[in-house]
Amino acid sequence: MTQAMLSVDRIHCAYDGVPVIHGASLEVRQGEIVAIVGANGAGKSTVMKAIAGLTQPTRGRIVFQGEDITRTPGHATIAQGISYVPEGRRLFAKLTVRENLELGAYTEKRREVIQERLDQVLALFPILADRAGQIAETLSGGEQQMCAIARGLMSGPKLIMLDELSLGLMPALVEKVLETVVEINRRGTTVLLVEQMVQEALEIAARGYVIQTGRIVQQGPARELLESDTVRKAYLGL
Amino acid sequence: MDTFAQVVLDGLLTGMLYALVAAGLSLIWGVMDIIHFAHGEFLMVAMYLSFWLGFLAGVDPIVSWIASGVFLFLLGALAYRLVISRCIGKSAMPPLLATFGLSLFLKNLCMNRFSPNFRILQDTLLQGKTFMIGGVVVGLPQLATGIFSLVMLGALFYLIKKTRLGWAIQATAMDREAAELMGIHTDRIYLLVFGLGGACVGIAGGLMTSYLAVHPEVGSLFGLIAFLIVALGGFGSIHGALAAALIIGLVEALAGFYIAPVFKYVAVFAIYLVVVMVRPRGLFGW
Repeated sequence: MTQAMLSVDRIHCAYDGVPVIHGASLEVRQGEIVAIVGANGAGKSTVMKAIAGLTQPTRGRIVFQGEDITRTPGHATIAQGISYVPEGRRLFAKLTVRENLELGAYTEKRREVIQERLDQVLALFPILADRAGQIAETLSGGEQQMCAIARGLMSGPKLIMLDELSLGLMPALVEKVLETVVEINRRGTTVLLVEQMVQEALEIAARGYVIQTGRIVQQGPARELLESDTVRKAYLGL
Repeated sequence: MDTFAQVVLDGLLTGMLYALVAAGLSLIWGVMDIIHFAHGEFLMVAMYLSFWLGFLAGVDPIVSWIASGVFLFLLGALAYRLVISRCIGKSAMPPLLATFGLSLFLKNLCMNRFSPNFRILQDTLLQGKTFMIGGVVVGLPQLATGIFSLVMLGALFYLIKKTRLGWAIQATAMDREAAELMGIHTDRIYLLVFGLGGACVGIAGGLMTSYLAVHPEVGSLFGLIAFLIVALGGFGSIHGALAAALIIGLVEALAGFYIAPVFKYVAVFAIYLVVVMVRPRGLFGW
């Protein structure tokens, strides 16, 4: 078995003293797409925030490529090679698309590297090239989501974490965005996905974790999860 | 006609100076959501520094603004590190009280050390120098201060709008957490912003001593006017601050001349009240 790129080991998280994650563990291997699925409020985003350093686990350990990043603050996570595209896109609303993308590569100082990445993400999302000078908040929901993903790619991450990409997008668009995720993965970036749209997420993932009220209740190859009774009953309404 | 042109010119020159003072306040508010009550007192500190440099060491204000600009940048950064950074993020009240306390401290420190006396620098390079355009008298110290304030404001505007660092400052203002995710060390951005806010009044205060008197209360009035300009122009907007500052400078000069000097601030505050009632977010606010 290949060694895990990211391993989250029995973390506990709390907001204002209220525990929300109770000893969740998961692994992401190099080159995979891994999906964390579960209902609204199950704690999916919290796990991601803990990995990104936006919230500190009260217990447990997070190791990325052999380095303990449990206490790494948010602004230092990106230098480790982890990029987090937060829920709700969180674009810098009054800045242009171009400026948003540039900020995605804020830690990169070499102009030519930034330009190269810019060319790459614009090739991946051609629509953004047309919108480069436009203020971010004037984009449509789908374009904003693409811009957020593109911004997340600008740091040239080894692992990209995508939080609720489907939120507020119409189904046709969700499919399109998820296709792009597959493409991003094909080009060599490992992907950790958090989704409420369980079926769609598990269809593109290699492996999945089902999270319920702060605990991982099931894990395994995505195909198996899709066929398991728990998932079918609880999330797919079958 | 000449009289009118004279008053308008005086008003605009004052407005340019106000703009620089207000820009620092606006920047701090815009990025950090903090009302910096000690902003006026920072200006006073800059003026004292410039005054004492001139009085004791013979350094002219046209040079000493560099020293006061740098010193106030450091004072701003220090105030952030020692006081502000410890009390932000929880609620609006602690930073408000902290900066208010800082203003009282600085004011009374200067009162205690330097007495409440008005002090004015004698024999500065530009003092009393004027030239005429048509029938209008242009005071060289005021002109230099006004133009220089505009240049500094332009530099600040360029930094914020056109550089990567400026985008990072704007990003931090819009969404601090998302900015962190970009790898922006937002605590350092706050430090920088407080320093830049200090540098604005540092430069303004350094220049002002070439024609204005220094005393421990001088910051109160300028601080108040700066608040008014920021609210009028729209919180966080630098070009809004410039427009509002020019308006305030003009209103002050016109009311002072055509009504009575004692009423100039009445007119200023009346304009402010009207604008805030009609358009609460200010002229250029979000």
